[in-house]
Amino acid sequence: MTVTDNPTGGIIGQARLRKEDPALLTGEAKFMDDLVLPGALWVNCVRSPHAHATIDNIDTTAALAVEGVTAVYTGADLAEDWAGPLPCAWPVTDDMKSPDYWPVAQGKVCHVGDIVAVVVADSRYVAADGAEGVVVDYSLLPAVISIEDAESDQVVIHEGLGTNVSYEWPLIPDPEGVEAAFANATHHVTETYVHQRLIPAPMEPRGVAAVPAPHNGDMILYSSTQIPHILKVMAALTVGIPEHKMRVIAPAVGGGFGCKLGVYPEEILCLALAVRHGVPVRWTEGRTEAATATIQGRAQRQTIELAADENGKLLAVRATLLADMGAYFQLITPGVPLLGAFLFHGLYDVPLYSFTCKSVFTNLTPTDAYRGAGRPEATYAIERAMDVLALAVGVEPDEIRSLNFIPTEKFPYDSPAGLVFDSGDYQPALDRAKELINWEERRAEQAERQAAGSKMHLGLGISTYVEMCGLAPSRVLASLNYGAGGWESATVRILPTCKIQVVTGATPHGQGHETAWSMIVADRLGVDPDDVEVLHSDTAISPLGLDTYGSRSLSVGGTAIWMATERVVEKASLIAAHMLEANADDLELTNGVFNVKGTPGAEVPLAEVAFAAFTAHDLPEGLEPNLQAEVTWDPPNFTFPFGAHIALVEIDEETGEVEIIDYAAVDDCGNQVNPMIVEGQVHGGIVQGIGQALWEEAIYDEDGQCRSTNLGDYLVPSAAETIDMKLDYTVTPSPTNPLGVKGIGEAGTIASTPAVMNAVVDALRHLGVTEMAMPASPMRVRRSIENAQGGAV
Amino acid sequence: MEISLTVNGDTQSADVEPRTLLVHFLRDQLGLTGTNIGCDTSSCGACTILVDGQSAKSCNLLAVQADGAEITTIEGLAGADGLHPMQQAFHESHALQCGYCTPGMVMASISLVEEYPNLDADGVREGLEGNLCRCTGYQNIVKAVLSVKK
Amino acid sequence: MIPAPVGYIRVDSTEAALAALGEHGDEAKILAGGQSLIPLMRFRLAAPSMLVDIAGITELSGISVVGDTVSIGAMTTHSALEHSGELAEACPLLAHVASVVGDPAIRHRGTLGGSLAHADPASDLPAAVLALGGTLVASGSNGSREIAATEFFTGFLESALGADEMLTGIKVPVSTGGWSYQKFNRRAQDWAIVGAMVAEGGAGVALVNMGATPLRASAVESALAGGASSVEAAASAAEGTEPSSDNNGDAAYRKHLAQVLTGRALRDAGME
Ligand SMILES: Cc1cc2nc3c(=O)[nH]c(=O)nc-3n(C[C@H](O)[C@H](O)[C@H](O)COP(=O)(O)OP(=O)(O)OC[C@H]3O[C@@H](n4cnc5c(N)ncnc54)[C@H](O)[C@@H]3O)c2cc1C
Ligand code: FES
Ligand code: FES
Repeated sequence: MTVTDNPTGGIIGQARLRKEDPALLTGEAKFMDDLVLPGALWVNCVRSPHAHATIDNIDTTAALAVEGVTAVYTGADLAEDWAGPLPCAWPVTDDMKSPDYWPVAQGKVCHVGDIVAVVVADSRYVAADGAEGVVVDYSLLPAVISIEDAESDQVVIHEGLGTNVSYEWPLIPDPEGVEAAFANATHHVTETYVHQRLIPAPMEPRGVAAVPAPHNGDMILYSSTQIPHILKVMAALTVGIPEHKMRVIAPAVGGGFGCKLGVYPEEILCLALAVRHGVPVRWTEGRTEAATATIQGRAQRQTIELAADENGKLLAVRATLLADMGAYFQLITPGVPLLGAFLFHGLYDVPLYSFTCKSVFTNLTPTDAYRGAGRPEATYAIERAMDVLALAVGVEPDEIRSLNFIPTEKFPYDSPAGLVFDSGDYQPALDRAKELINWEERRAEQAERQAAGSKMHLGLGISTYVEMCGLAPSRVLASLNYGAGGWESATVRILPTCKIQVVTGATPHGQGHETAWSMIVADRLGVDPDDVEVLHSDTAISPLGLDTYGSRSLSVGGTAIWMATERVVEKASLIAAHMLEANADDLELTNGVFNVKGTPGAEVPLAEVAFAAFTAHDLPEGLEPNLQAEVTWDPPNFTFPFGAHIALVEIDEETGEVEIIDYAAVDDCGNQVNPMIVEGQVHGGIVQGIGQALWEEAIYDEDGQCRSTNLGDYLVPSAAETIDMKLDYTVTPSPTNPLGVKGIGEAGTIASTPAVMNAVVDALRHLGVTEMAMPASPMRVRRSIENAQGGAV
Repeated sequence: MEISLTVNGDTQSADVEPRTLLVHFLRDQLGLTGTNIGCDTSSCGACTILVDGQSAKSCNLLAVQADGAEITTIEGLAGADGLHPMQQAFHESHALQCGYCTPGMVMASISLVEEYPNLDADGVREGLEGNLCRCTGYQNIVKAVLSVKK
Repeated sequence: MIPAPVGYIRVDSTEAALAALGEHGDEAKILAGGQSLIPLMRFRLAAPSMLVDIAGITELSGISVVGDTVSIGAMTTHSALEHSGELAEACPLLAHVASVVGDPAIRHRGTLGGSLAHADPASDLPAAVLALGGTLVASGSNGSREIAATEFFTGFLESALGADEMLTGIKVPVSTGGWSYQKFNRRAQDWAIVGAMVAEGGAGVALVNMGATPLRASAVESALAGGASSVEAAASAAEGTEPSSDNNGDAAYRKHLAQVLTGRALRDAGME
């Protein structure tokens, strides 16, 4: 595949304002709960307040007595309403243990938030009143909260499985080599890190409505989802509605970050209840409800070992994970750790690699993909450990990284984990980031403060990263046992009046696909991007697609758009050639006009060609009327964005408060279609990653009760806690797609967490603090200082 | 209970249950769904509107409390001559992504620059403490608000 | 989260409010700004059967300074306190404390009386009134009475107000001596994990979120009165406190913070 050096006709690469904005800025956009559905019944889910219990009795009498309550169902009542349990699309190993996950619990609950009954009523208020009236008797079972307890199997959550261990997944291409490397290493670093559970918390909670047409059997499922296409297939199978009768629409979606790429109980429930009642059935999630009803992210313990020679050159990397699946499998729960499995050596040239993941069930909310899914975890481990190695070797953290970067001449790079990194040039990004943060001056200031005995400590933290995105070559997904492909589809249609309609299978929820896709098309066709309409998120309009996650949209979906445009141009040029009585090979399309190369005046506007294709009065022999092309593109490889982030923090020794005071990020996502959108993705990503480092944690007590169920307790940072970041880019196009693009949706989140945590430890190292868990809350930081100083100070 | 109030310049009279949250009244009864709901603890600001010219979280008011009040929601900003300057600034600064926090963020920002005309970047950040955005990382929101000179 | 069904009446005088309270008894609740009550109702942690909305009692809003006394009506919003030039001169601590409550939207609706009556130890204004040595004015079926702030906060979310009483306002002395409020939280919009307040050059020192009620740090006050330095005085800030533990801090950490923040507040207020 060749990369177009400069694929631009001038539009690609512009910081164009978004066409999505006016509707969103004025309240015109319709989010899930905004839909007006006359006659709809409202669902309220009665959820388990216990982490692990058997259900002894459910008394619905009082609920049914509430005026306006139509029905109340328990798991037993609905047992026949589905064709099967909720789907898990990623059986990572052949012998993976997988519990049945029913939309409404049957006999037993396995996490706080498990649905035990549903109240159906004629308004959301009455549904809430009804839910208050459902009385459930439970017998408590011991709850398995920690992954260590889960692994011990002292209490087995799903008796039928016989164990809490779901699978073990090794990736050790050369076991003896790894052993030998560690045996011969001068430096052997062993670090253990814990990724706390995170609540994804898109600002829009989830919501669902199922709208049936009882007589002809059609069903429309509206859902605040990232994956209408996948949802359609899965929901059809789970509920037993024929796929061709099912249409899924994702209205405006208020963020997802991975937590809206599931097939959730409430989606299946609304479908089943719509079938039962023959009227629309809807549900809107509350924020507190979301804390336990929507998947959570991260949740793993990692041990990473580095073997290095006396200079700090890496010889081998070994990572061992214990991952928390939660109580059940959501759509891709078991696969999330595997998305990081290949990246625990980061962007370093390492000959030998070993990765093993063991996954266990706990009595907590299921985990699944959360922004970065697997790659933030991997990057965190290697980047934290590299700082420890630097210390052991006695060099600066930037030096240890530079020493180990995959050399530019090695690309495409055969990674020790079996991937082929497409392109990379790592040193310039690090150099630029150091420049942006004033590395030398900041180091000097840090030393001055330490010498002066200041109690306000500065810390610098680097994180250099590479990630794999652009999910994904279908054959690679097959080798990982994933239940679907990784292609994306696109249709480009030139309408009779030369306005353009584009259909994409990538489903946006804030990323700006409409703007970016129109730029790609307009750039090639020479039309105004405002004359391009992008249709998406409705399976009746865009029947084929694999949706938006894993920073795949531009590199896979955008490429499909580019190729479909190219194909439309090919067809148009045949018609233009016919009109000009020229040879199609001699034509070029510039600024919306076909002209014969070297023959001034011999030209026909695309608009005339479009109309000719429509009237079809005089088309070349054998050519079909109309101008449209559909492409399904399966990428040949992942893409590998990279970059260098540096955080500067200030820590108040007395309170333990960590403040970010400067942040530099240099990212390389290949060519940029719209730098403004890239910048926005980086900003948001960085803040989300910093959230994990400093504020966010789904806190559970020993009974499995979540202590951070709302946005007062789950600390999503606000503008007041964050700062203006300094951004820059390098551009190393990807050779895997004609646009030369990589992906930027998750990079910020992947990079920022370890940058901040390395900075925190850097700030406190002279006080004897060597380790810090996340989030680095004031109390935790203060305690670490006290402990390092030998008790309270 | 019968209430009467002005919403985006129009007088509205309606019968509401006293427990009805103002945000549900606006959304479900008046069909003004631009005002969003993002939490149940009044922490996120997605539901921010103007009540008598000042920002308020409409999830934390009962509709009956707004009887007689003058309410402005996101739908009341843009006119025939285009977007409100704050909306325009958000657009030009790329201060929104998914747009879910945006109506509340815009309303809070309008109230903020009115109440504190001389804010610098830190002041804007502090002033928007009650409005959460999960997408933008706030940098462009701050830029947008600063660009709207009172 | 949706409140349980509730009744609602709006009154335009204190007498009418009291009459309504009398009529509906324990099941009635006064609704001021609603910024604390409505969240509780949404979680159905509060389910009064009748709300008595006192927002229409215009005479309960306002700030006046007469002689050495600042009088403030119960329905004066945080925002009004924050922006009052008169208050900034007569009692800058109170104006400042009001400006750090919650976020601007909360401050536009929340009221001084509501904050005091709610008696949340994590709230800012109750500690300010305590530090200032203020007095709360209540009206009941038996007429009006004044309650010293030190007597008012009786337990967690409990005050000396009777079920048939309402707060009509407060009085604090004009106070322009050295003052400071050190509010420590992880996000700007949140309640204090711990807060330390110094009024009138150290004559009043109060702590936020260090027990079931807002507290006067009397050990600090007496140390200062005895000539102690800010460092020495702050060391006793946690004396006699029984702070709770939560996500953001356990009791020991809170005690530590109380000392640090009190020290900072004293220095910020101009003490050596
Ligand atoms: C997101 C958020 C953040 C907040 N952050 C803070 C913060 O950082 N610091 C802080 O101090 N507060 C904070 N608050 C609380 C806020 O200050 C409230 O406004 C205040 O506590 C209550 O005032 P109100 O007028 O809204 O009272 P309401 O909610 O109307 O009433 C509260 C209670 O007081 C009773 N009551 C009210 N007025 C009277 C009266 N005159 N006489 C007798 N009883 C009365 C009511 O019956 C009720 O029980 C926050 C609130 C929210 C929602
Ligand atoms: S919905 Fe009102 S503040 Fe979150
Ligand atoms: S733009 Fe998505 S939450 Fe702010």
